[in-house]
Amino acid sequence: MSTDQLRPLTELQALESESIHIIREVAATFASPIMLFSGGKDSVVMLHLAAKAFWPAPIPFGLLHVDTGHNFPEVLQFRDEAVDFYAASIKIAAVQNYIDDGRLRERPDGTRNPLQTLPLLDAITDGRHDAVFGGGRRDEERARAKERVFSMRDEFGQWEPRNQRPELWSLYNGRHLPGEHVRVFPLSNWTELDVWDYIAAEKINVPTIYYAHERAVTVRDGMWIAINEVTPARAGEVIEMRSVRYRTVGDMSCTAAVLSMASTVQDVITEVGLSQLTERGATRADDRLSEAAMEDRKREGYF
Amino acid sequence: MPQRSAVLSPNADLTGGRTLLRLATAGSVDDGKSTLVGRLLFDTNSVLADTLDHVEQVSRRKGLNRTDLALLTDGLRAEREQGITIDVAYRYFATPARKFILADCPGHVQYTRNTVTGSSTADVIVLLVDARKGVVEQTRRHLAVASLLRVPHVVLVVNKIDLVNYSEDVFTDIATDFALMARSLGVLETRCIPVSATEGDNVVTRSHRTPWYEGPTVLGYLEDIDDTRLAVGAELRFPVQHVVRPQSAGRAPWAARAPEVNGDYRGYAGKIESGRVRPGDEVVVLPRGSRAVVEAIDTPDGPLDLAVAGQSVVIRLNTDVDVSRGDILAATDAPPAPIRDLNATVCWLAERKLTVGARVLVQHGTSITKAAVRSIEGALDLNFEAGTVPCWRPTAALTLNDIGRIRLALASPLPIDSYREHRATGAFIIVDDADGWTLGAGLAGPTPLTATTALTSKSEPHYLAQQGKGP
Repeated sequence: MSTDQLRPLTELQALESESIHIIREVAATFASPIMLFSGGKDSVVMLHLAAKAFWPAPIPFGLLHVDTGHNFPEVLQFRDEAVDFYAASIKIAAVQNYIDDGRLRERPDGTRNPLQTLPLLDAITDGRHDAVFGGGRRDEERARAKERVFSMRDEFGQWEPRNQRPELWSLYNGRHLPGEHVRVFPLSNWTELDVWDYIAAEKINVPTIYYAHERAVTVRDGMWIAINEVTPARAGEVIEMRSVRYRTVGDMSCTAAVLSMASTVQDVITEVGLSQLTERGATRADDRLSEAAMEDRKREGYF
Repeated sequence: MPQRSAVLSPNADLTGGRTLLRLATAGSVDDGKSTLVGRLLFDTNSVLADTLDHVEQVSRRKGLNRTDLALLTDGLRAEREQGITIDVAYRYFATPARKFILADCPGHVQYTRNTVTGSSTADVIVLLVDARKGVVEQTRRHLAVASLLRVPHVVLVVNKIDLVNYSEDVFTDIATDFALMARSLGVLETRCIPVSATEGDNVVTRSHRTPWYEGPTVLGYLEDIDDTRLAVGAELRFPVQHVVRPQSAGRAPWAARAPEVNGDYRGYAGKIESGRVRPGDEVVVLPRGSRAVVEAIDTPDGPLDLAVAGQSVVIRLNTDVDVSRGDILAATDAPPAPIRDLNATVCWLAERKLTVGARVLVQHGTSITKAAVRSIEGALDLNFEAGTVPCWRPTAALTLNDIGRIRLALASPLPIDSYREHRATGAFIIVDDADGWTLGAGLAGPTPLTATTALTSKSEPHYLAQQGKGP
């Protein structure tokens, strides 16, 4: 490298360095951090950044997956491969166990996303975790635009948007009272396109369902829903084989596909650059429930 | 719906591609700040169809005959219900040349707290005035905060220029007022742009209705700002986050791409806050003062010949000096002396008051230390007249949104820079020892408000400032 590096850092360099700085601060100042890991693209980018942050030492904290029981099999398989690839360890908190023993009840609409909150909070309490990394980005949803990188949660896991600590310079303040914990969002300043650019630049593997593939789908509520055991066809619905991909990989019951021919990371980047719909608007039924859907769930302790 | 054109990603790899600029916006109520931000998002194709759909629906429901772009920035439910903005919100937009992180600071509630927060990381602050009103008290306050926080660039957007018939005279008068005020507050680089955010004049596209204006549009200005000089040009400051000593043998599969390291590896992980570093550079380890030479700058992508401000790296030294978290590796040229008696300007961000004798925590770089408030020497009076500079009034306590001069006694010495020279390592936060709340933002050394610098020298009673032009 020569003096031409005296030009400013590129966007991706700056974002990577900022995220690594955040992840290292957490590891250095909290007693028991844990990183949420679903196998989704944001969480695998976060895991990749954690691996780079501590290299050549191993990642000094474990991963946690809140498994709704409605995950895409491709994503679960990828999750386990990624855990090995990054030499991490993972704990699984299963919503199914809570339903089986009656602590949670299945919702009439079949979606299990809101059911994740209790197993998540239990796992945080049981593991005495004082910091929990999440892959949330501020560009995802408008309630998130105001969230801090270090976001305080009270003993009930609740977020109080009107009473957040100011966050200045890159001085992150993680001090908290016993029983409270801090949610940390190292990807706060990344956009969907940044995530894909970084996946391409770093050659990061993501689950195959992010790329175009043939799948049996139907149109429901204006969205392309895959037909499978979690979301079976309803009377009168037309089932078609279409080339689709997923922009987010949440719970199968409320995650829709988009029609797409994007089979490579470059195709996806081009498609995201052209897309007319936001990531969540296109594919997440749970955020369309009400104008303040995400804000409500975040207040209750959801990510 | 405007046609969206293909935005090909310019980020081919980590080192090629566009740059990043952080900006903060500030204005008073009804200056049209939300509309300007909405316009920047809209005209750079950063608003997607479903979001715009929603905004169009709400606009119709409100009986408006055009899409209210200000609605694009509505955040929390309480804000929508009350029609106000409560908290700093972060927005993202990009052009092929640059990505922008915008801290949108509400104008009326807790204005200082929000503007200070947004300005702390900003490369540029965008101030708004209504062309019909010109520079008002709120503009002066925001400019004073921008000056205090040493935001490198300031731009004044003279909005609603359509409502004064695109008058050059009105614009020139406001620009002259602003330049005078900026100079008296020690802000050197300013620019004024005539804009109608509602009509889109000079925000992203150049307006034919202001032929007398030859400068850049708002977006053009933001794309062209050179942000390298300040951070990279300063002396090296590298706060150590942790010591890297990989004790386990074997590499994770992902690290097959990374260099091999041997068993006795010892390096120091951190982010370069200012300056640059090369292997072979001599550094001083603060606060102890021991010296060593940089052996290598390591990353999993391979060693670097040069690392600059903003980069997270691991630095290896040639000798086994004692280094731990909280230390700062600094250039040997004029490193900050570790001090226990800290003079600082603080922006008070909490409801609870700061009084003399209070015990607090001071977080600086990667270290945190106990501190006691020795004295409060004055609070800045931001209700200053046009053509004058703010002065310090004596006070017994600092309350929410106050900017004060204080003296702190530190439990352990901190190698803290003067904020005027080093934004990152001259900054600190004051934390409540009991509940962890962030109470204040601190700027070490003489007040960064140039115009009042002389008032803080030891020989003068700094709170007895005179009204009038500063030195």
